Amino acid sequence: MIVKVSFAAVRETRWYGYVIRFFFGGAITAIAGWIAHSYGPEVGGLFLAFPAIFPATATLVASHEKRKKQSKGMNGERRGSDAAAAEAAGAALGSLALLAFAAFAWQFLPKFRSPLVLAAATIVWMLLSVIFWVLWRRLKLSRIRGRRHKHLSAQTAH
Amino acid sequence: MTRARSRRYTRNLSRFVTEYSYAVSMKWVRLLLEELAVRFLVGGAIVSAFAVIGNLFKPKTFAGLFGAAPSVAIATLAMTASKEGPAYASTEARSMLAGAAALWAFCVVAAILLKRTNLKAFASSLSAIPVWFACAFALFWIAIR
Repeated sequence: MIVKVSFAAVRETRWYGYVIRFFFGGAITAIAGWIAHSYGPEVGGLFLAFPAIFPATATLVASHEKRKKQSKGMNGERRGSDAAAAEAAGAALGSLALLAFAAFAWQFLPKFRSPLVLAAATIVWMLLSVIFWVLWRRLKLSRIRGRRHKHLSAQTAH
Repeated sequence: MTRARSRRYTRNLSRFVTEYSYAVSMKWVRLLLEELAVRFLVGGAIVSAFAVIGNLFKPKTFAGLFGAAPSVAIATLAMTASKEGPAYASTEARSMLAGAAALWAFCVVAAILLKRTNLKAFASSLSAIPVWFACAFALFWIAIR
């Protein structure tokens, strides 16, 4: 269970990938502001967690992995989908931590200065995301070991 | 006042009201567009920053955490708190709870579609967006409204 930092992935990502994310991120921020302006903060707040950039991110990740596989002469379709599915699984864990971000901001924004509250809420999100990821990874590994142990026991019995 | 003078007076008054309303409404439209442009630039920059940070990490599931980063929320809440006040921003953060829960449901459905079906990444993600709307507005109706 090792998390690696890789600058190669940033260099390999095409420039239009960042432009697309900039565009979608900016668009949803502007739209959330417009919705809050038109329909009130209760409705506008829902869109602070709208998955606007996920379709673009999943497509870029899938096409990047597919290209890598195809450069080695293999069909990368399944690899691309699996990579995007892994991103989605990670985002699901991150969204659980996002609940804590929202709760923290809701409770503390009226009481303290907003830059401090938002910085603290972001740290809370980051810490909880990592904790959830570690727990999920351990659960997954223990399930795989359990299945492997069962399979080996079944083979030994025969 | 003669009839001709009163007609002229009424015509000038109505022209003044129309032009003044137009100028006021155009000013509001211009202010709104300026605000939206600022939100677009700030939101886009923060989302891109989190995307770059997410790209640095392996494995993909860890990098995926940054797909649910509060980038849009940070940009929006910071600008809203400074413009409308912290109570307004706090109300938005409360509704964000429902949006975040809906995001979890969206991600789970998208992951299942990507892993278990032959749908491409974009189609799988788009197919899961109605799930977000259904969950977000259902939770909003039940718990937040």
